[in-house]
Amino acid sequence: MLKGRHLIDPMDFSVEEIDSILDLADKIVENPEKYAHACDGKLMATLFYEPSTRTRFSFEAAMLRLGGKVIGFSEPNSSSVAKGESVADTIRTISCYADIAVMRHPKEGAPKVASLYSEIPLINAGDGGHQHPTQTLTDLLTIRSVKKTLSNLTIGLCGDLKFGRTVHSLIKSMSRYENNKFLLISPKELKVPDYIRKEVLEKKNIEFKEVERIEEVIDTLDILYVTRVQRERFFNEEDYVRLKDSYILDMKKMKMAKEDMIVMHPLPRVNEIAYEVDSDKRAYYFKQAKYGMFVRMALIMKLLG
Amino acid sequence: MLTINSIKKGIVIDHIKAGCGIKIFNYLNLDKADFRVALIMNVESQKLGKKDIIKIENVIDLDYTVLGLIDPNITIDIIEDEKIKNKIKLKLPSKVVDVIKCKNPRCITSIEKYVQNVFYLVDEAKGEYRCQYCDEVHRLEEAKV
Repeated sequence: MLKGRHLIDPMDFSVEEIDSILDLADKIVENPEKYAHACDGKLMATLFYEPSTRTRFSFEAAMLRLGGKVIGFSEPNSSSVAKGESVADTIRTISCYADIAVMRHPKEGAPKVASLYSEIPLINAGDGGHQHPTQTLTDLLTIRSVKKTLSNLTIGLCGDLKFGRTVHSLIKSMSRYENNKFLLISPKELKVPDYIRKEVLEKKNIEFKEVERIEEVIDTLDILYVTRVQRERFFNEEDYVRLKDSYILDMKKMKMAKEDMIVMHPLPRVNEIAYEVDSDKRAYYFKQAKYGMFVRMALIMKLLG
Repeated sequence: MLTINSIKKGIVIDHIKAGCGIKIFNYLNLDKADFRVALIMNVESQKLGKKDIIKIENVIDLDYTVLGLIDPNITIDIIEDEKIKNKIKLKLPSKVVDVIKCKNPRCITSIEKYVQNVFYLVDEAKGEYRCQYCDEVHRLEEAKV
């Protein structure tokens, strides 16, 4: 039962619970009109302590499509946070008004703190470079919809694997399904954190390999998950320029890939995927965004019971 | 010759890594004690080479979690009638609340001061703890106790 629960870390839910959300999302994708009144009379609070368009709109669209209503703030300066209100007090107050809350915060662990004080289900919509569990649900629904399975896949993760919270959450989640392999493509400076390598991959004896070039592995992949190499993480501009060029996915590289490989990206894209790839049938990043709304509809319904 | 008398009833904190005795002495506020206390530093030790010892002529409450964090190799001897009645071997606690602070500047505990610092032991051999909120791993030797 997911009613009344919080989603802070993708590992908060069991594989069976995740599968039940994805199953409901599939049903919504097939017939969204059927769920147009599923949340009539319910109110969702969006507490966005930092700017976000995609995630906030995705959540708001999800609730509105379920017949519910939305209140909230999209930057802390327009709320009592500007007066110095704590996260704990904000969520305790919001618990009096809304039925469910969604929080994005620049500080890591903020939604976890809020969940300790919340009387209503709370969803982490991203906390710093830490977790982004609903992006992971989005990724899982996309993969399952296209590949018809979440097992026996070779997944390439490319770009900023150090600070990319979506990558950390996806590795943790996909490592719970059988026989998945990971190819971690990043510059040395942006390799996955030790705790992911040691406590998730090595501990569970999961096959993985760390490489620096897409070309070395692209022909083996079922999924290529691309993330943005973040300029601000580099101390040296020359290093950034050198490295970002090696991660531009273009049609030349796509020609080396399998016919049924899919390309995913949590968005926003900057220059790591050339626009020419958008028209390739293997480009799934915009469909992925749509799946994000459907999976959030399913999640809201499950948490509200 | 330095002579420290044995105690009749109290606690001996033994096998403290040389130099850590003062840390424990200060943590337990023993400078304010109105009973007999001895901090003996750099005692020869077969096991450690050199060690510190604290003798307390009183039965006081000890926070074994904190002592374990300062030095998990220390032993606590509970003394009654000048004899060791109980010997306690410390180890690293599995959960630590409000003893060490998260050093990650991106962690919520850096701005919300009412939030307890909670850490879980992830690697006993390396003395590594993970913050409950941000997952940052801290090596005990770098953490401030």
